[in-house]
Amino acid sequence: MIQNLKAFWAEFYKYKDLLKLLVVKNVKLKYRRSFLGYVWSILNPLLIMVVMTIVFSTMFSRNIVNFPVYLFCGQLLFNFMNSSTHQAIFSITSSSAMLKKAYVPKYIFTLARITSGMVDLVFSLGALVLVIIATRARVTWYALLFPWIIFQLYVFTVGLGLFLAQANVFFRDIQYIYNAVTTAWMYLTPIFYPLEMLPQNLQWIVTHLNPMYYYVGQFRDIIYYGRLPSAQLTLLGCGAAVIMLFIGAFSFRKTQDNFILYI
Amino acid sequence: MDDKKIIIDVDHVTIRFNLASEKIDNLKEYFIKLVTKKLMFQEFLAVKDVSFQVRQGEAWGLIGTNGSGKSTLLKAISGILKPYKGSITVDGFIAPLIELGAGFDQEMTARENIFLNGCVLGHTEQFMKEHFDEIVDFADLHEFLDSPLKNFSSGMRARLGFSIATMVKPEILIVDEILSVGDYKFREKCAKRMEEMLSGGTTLLYVSHNISEVRRLCDHALWIDKGVQKMQGDVTTVCDAYMAEMKK
Repeated sequence: MIQNLKAFWAEFYKYKDLLKLLVVKNVKLKYRRSFLGYVWSILNPLLIMVVMTIVFSTMFSRNIVNFPVYLFCGQLLFNFMNSSTHQAIFSITSSSAMLKKAYVPKYIFTLARITSGMVDLVFSLGALVLVIIATRARVTWYALLFPWIIFQLYVFTVGLGLFLAQANVFFRDIQYIYNAVTTAWMYLTPIFYPLEMLPQNLQWIVTHLNPMYYYVGQFRDIIYYGRLPSAQLTLLGCGAAVIMLFIGAFSFRKTQDNFILYI
Repeated sequence: MDDKKIIIDVDHVTIRFNLASEKIDNLKEYFIKLVTKKLMFQEFLAVKDVSFQVRQGEAWGLIGTNGSGKSTLLKAISGILKPYKGSITVDGFIAPLIELGAGFDQEMTARENIFLNGCVLGHTEQFMKEHFDEIVDFADLHEFLDSPLKNFSSGMRARLGFSIATMVKPEILIVDEILSVGDYKFREKCAKRMEEMLSGGTTLLYVSHNISEVRRLCDHALWIDKGVQKMQGDVTTVCDAYMAEMKK
């Protein structure tokens, strides 16, 4: 076990520059030949936020003060998870040219997609700052805990991404099924409504089975409410991240030698 | 010769592919087949029980007709494929020239691709920076460094790929019929570089249908026919036998 981890680390270290270059490539290519470039990373979530605020603030505004910030906290995190796992699904199948011609640790491609998503998330935090300033929201020092929550979500997303990427090699249906799954997932995460609005049984599902709720909840605690993240949410968030990483890494490791026969 | 250490040890290797009549890659079909009990695994052995040992500094030519498993064997040696049975032990840094430009990204510029490809081969970014000029000089692509690779001709891509792969002196060079795209001048340059490497102690595995090329570069040969090894040994003997068989 320890030997395995050591070998894994040595290999990861050898290919760390590849990971870096792949991330840079993904980020660069995303906005190549677009006029505003990286500004889109900030502008895009802002525009969506404006639309959603106009649509939903009339519905829920009585319950939620400063709706834009409330919405944004959930939207940013969910978007990161959503878009980077959707990217990760194709990470193995679309790298077939490379995997067929040279030996590269395969998980590097999945990891690169998710890390690029995180780079995007960090850019988008700039948009959050703009919204906070524009709405004159009160921010406390607890907001500086944000890397810790993003880290939990990152680990969770890597696990999920690894699982989806390997599954999609064998069953290309995954990419379509997953579309429906994330849509349901988004509506079951309290992003643009307060948790209390849900009926009791749905509330139970969200608080017990939806890991995104743990991360969004913690993030809201530090940004929106300006307090220490609740211990319960932190514990559940860390637990979900570790379990998901384990599932993803284990399934990926078990199937990776057969990838070449299916891509 | 025999006192040199064994650098590649291919021990009773069998490589299996799934040759299912239709490729099942979606769940619906999978369940239908599962229910109707048609989930067959029609196996196809691309390489059957091949063993050979390569010592340091030897140059081996792999010959055989199309589809006989030569490239599959090379892929297994470079670690891309895992053998189904048997084992492959490799002791040294491999530069696989299986298809040039593994991991080239068409949207990115030549400059970015040099770094990307170098890292795919297992080098660090720092190392690539140090050897950057050397690569560009050899490929002779100075004026195109900042244009995207999709605008390159296949010959230019091959030049770039070869320059990156052979920039370090690898212990093992695996070449799979790639030099047929470059122009005459570049092919000469490549052949010269390969000969330089050989005399410098690099081990070569070479796949080609050009028998005279194999005779010129290699000292040993392995003849595979439909995945089964037919003959191995001295290059002249094996090539003669192969040519005799082909002319029948």
